Amino acid sequence: MTNRNSNHLDIKFKKMMEDYKEHKGSLIPALQTTQEVYGYLPKEAMEYISQVLEIPFSEVFGVATFYAQFRLQPRGKHVIKVCSGTACHVRGGPHILKEVEKQLHIKSGETTNDNKFSIEPVACLGACGLAPVMMIDEETFGRLTKERVHQILDSIE
Amino acid sequence: MRSLKLLRNDLKEKYHSISKPRITIGMGTCGIAAGADKVKDALYHAVAEKGLDVDIEVTSCIGMCYKEVNVEVALPDYPPVVYGDITPARVTRMLEEHVVGNTPVLEWAEFQLENGKHTPYQDISSMESSDYYFHQTREVTSRCGRISPENIEEYLITDGYEGLEKVLMTQPQKVIDDIKASGLRGRGGGGFPTGLKWQFAHDAEGDKKYIVCNADEGDPGAFMDRSILEGDPHAVLEGMMIAGYAIGADEGYIYVRAEYPLAIKRLKRAIKQAKEYGLLGDHILESSFSFDIHIKVGAGAFVCGEETALLNSIEGKRGMPRLRPPFPAVKGLWGKPTNNNNVETYANVALIFRKGTEWYASIGTENSKGTKVFSLTGKIAKTGLAEVPMGTTLRQIIYDIGGGIQENKRFKAVQIGGPSGGCLPEDKLDIPVDYDSLIKVGAMMGSGGLVVMDEATCMVDVARYFLTFSQAESCGKCTPCREGTTRMLEILNRITSGEGEMEDIERLERLARVMKTTSLCGLGQTAPNPVLSTLRYFKDEYIAHIKDKRCPSGVCNHLLTYSIDAEKCIGCTACAKACPVNAITGTVKKTHEINPEICITCGACMEACHFDAVIRV
Ligand SMILES: Cc1cc2nc3c(=O)[nH]c(=O)nc-3n(C[C@H](O)[C@H](O)[C@H](O)COP(=O)(O)O)c2cc1C
Ligand code: FES
Repeated sequence: MTNRNSNHLDIKFKKMMEDYKEHKGSLIPALQTTQEVYGYLPKEAMEYISQVLEIPFSEVFGVATFYAQFRLQPRGKHVIKVCSGTACHVRGGPHILKEVEKQLHIKSGETTNDNKFSIEPVACLGACGLAPVMMIDEETFGRLTKERVHQILDSIE
Repeated sequence: MRSLKLLRNDLKEKYHSISKPRITIGMGTCGIAAGADKVKDALYHAVAEKGLDVDIEVTSCIGMCYKEVNVEVALPDYPPVVYGDITPARVTRMLEEHVVGNTPVLEWAEFQLENGKHTPYQDISSMESSDYYFHQTREVTSRCGRISPENIEEYLITDGYEGLEKVLMTQPQKVIDDIKASGLRGRGGGGFPTGLKWQFAHDAEGDKKYIVCNADEGDPGAFMDRSILEGDPHAVLEGMMIAGYAIGADEGYIYVRAEYPLAIKRLKRAIKQAKEYGLLGDHILESSFSFDIHIKVGAGAFVCGEETALLNSIEGKRGMPRLRPPFPAVKGLWGKPTNNNNVETYANVALIFRKGTEWYASIGTENSKGTKVFSLTGKIAKTGLAEVPMGTTLRQIIYDIGGGIQENKRFKAVQIGGPSGGCLPEDKLDIPVDYDSLIKVGAMMGSGGLVVMDEATCMVDVARYFLTFSQAESCGKCTPCREGTTRMLEILNRITSGEGEMEDIERLERLARVMKTTSLCGLGQTAPNPVLSTLRYFKDEYIAHIKDKRCPSGVCNHLLTYSIDAEKCIGCTACAKACPVNAITGTVKKTHEINPEICITCGACMEACHFDAVIRV
């Protein structure tokens, strides 16, 4: 198994992928782990997974592009998910998204030039009782107003 | 077989009474989003500063999202008091007056938990008679917000795993017969009789069978399953084990969406603890039954909530639905007989065997038994979780429990059933909520999300919102759904931007018919429902958009016109600066004007104006 590209991948990562060989249906967990390690799915990593799990690359790519969670491009240091679920939609979620976009000068799905923030779409964060809601990295913020969006974004390093 | 009775008695002794003050913080996802972490920090800080000897514990969400952050304070020999709207700034007073002075702060106290042992405080209502809970029947969610979900002992002392113990001494067929007799129907949306489903999987031939728990909760605006997983994870595990025993499975998978990290964490911990107690793994409670449970984390695709797509996703494939038959009960996960149920369904199973089939069947209506958990969201005054007996009316849920509409606005519609459901108007509020009544009026139970809408919500925009969602989430496998959702969305976009024509209404209805009858899975079959139900009950709004080029609720941007009120404008130039297309003219301290030819109706001027001088019609 020699692959020129996989030279860029570190040994620990390769070992983790090898471990998935033991389990049934582990393509998605393998991709999830890859994304945790690299922040996105580098092509070389997907090629390596395809080899190790003996799954055609086309299928790996098919799965990676089917699910909203997976990204093929690197993203910013902080990921902002503004909820576009129903409860948030009727409670002004679209205005919150607009405000975040305005403040960061990017659109949903994009990353700021300094690689600090990315905005990603999400359908519901399950905190609908506090709508409108957004999540920055692992932290959820509820009962948002434009002013609070200001404060929150300003407070992030 | 080993009995849990002695252990349970020992634990009850241990937890019987507390020897020092105990403060418990509601830390579900919503509590944390409202700042529970900061309240917890403030509490630790204040307790240390005052040198108090108290226990600080964590529980999950009790269901009052509108009152987050919730904190419970219990003193030895007094009933616990639950507070709402606690902020870090309120912590000190709560400690000083309640913990030190034994005088609960009445303004913030929501209710007390009367237990018959201790004399209740005066002037605080009991939970059962408090505004929010008086009309509720908390059975499935009885432990949520009351026990620590991270401690199996607290599940055991509240009679957890008692149902499993009983089941392990019963013949599998009798277990299935009991579930049939209870009348339980699936809480995942369709309302399929659970006993019948188990019978199919039981009768299917196979050397290996699987149990699957659908915790994908894709309906945006619903969070019942999350609350159960975060608040009472063992109930779900227990239900799965009972199902496994009944159909002859020894392995189970829980498919949880990635957006629920806290639920995943608590489930993992619950599985680990259950194994330590011999309640999961080989020879459970020293019986001949063995069962193991794995967690699979979803990767963000609504269609994976559909059970055959979910099975593909567990197998590591793209989450596309399978052709049926064969049904999963015959050929499911990795081709083996599989039983899939929803989170709340499994939580009901554990309850049924703990409290008895007859008791269960006595709650609810003729054809819909038990209770249903709803999440109340949108423009409702009290957002949160509400559990009521099946057959309760929507009006009771929205007004008696939810407190009506926010800011005393007028009710317009309630959306039930998510992207597969429908919007119901005021005159449908008195129908009883059960599976069959909802179908009759063009909605469906769905998972239990209720999104309340007021007069400021445009129903055509709501239809467009759902179609945007379904179109994006359609997996693309079958043509009617893939193309149908796209065409419907195009038409709705046209109507909301003022370019619709009356024939569009017919086109929508025709597309809906085709999609309903020919789509491969439930996504495409039900995606037209939000459009059909709004057409049925709010056709006048469609007509206003099409004929008068007007959005009566003032939502659809393209149909609005902006102008400046000369009386109010002071000429500050803020609007002109905010306008992205330079449509506003005027000099400092002179009234400004908007040129409608250039204006793109984005509303930026209205947001920029501090004097309410921009008028939108
Ligand atoms: C597009 C689509 C999405 C669904 N999403 C969910 C879901 O998020 N959770 C769920 O339990 N069932 C969902 N279902 C229903 C499942 O296919 C299945 O009927 C259900 O999990 C069966 O469990 P029950 O019998 O306990 O209700 C969905 C169905 C469709 C068609
Ligand atoms: S709709 Fe936004 S959190 Fe659920």
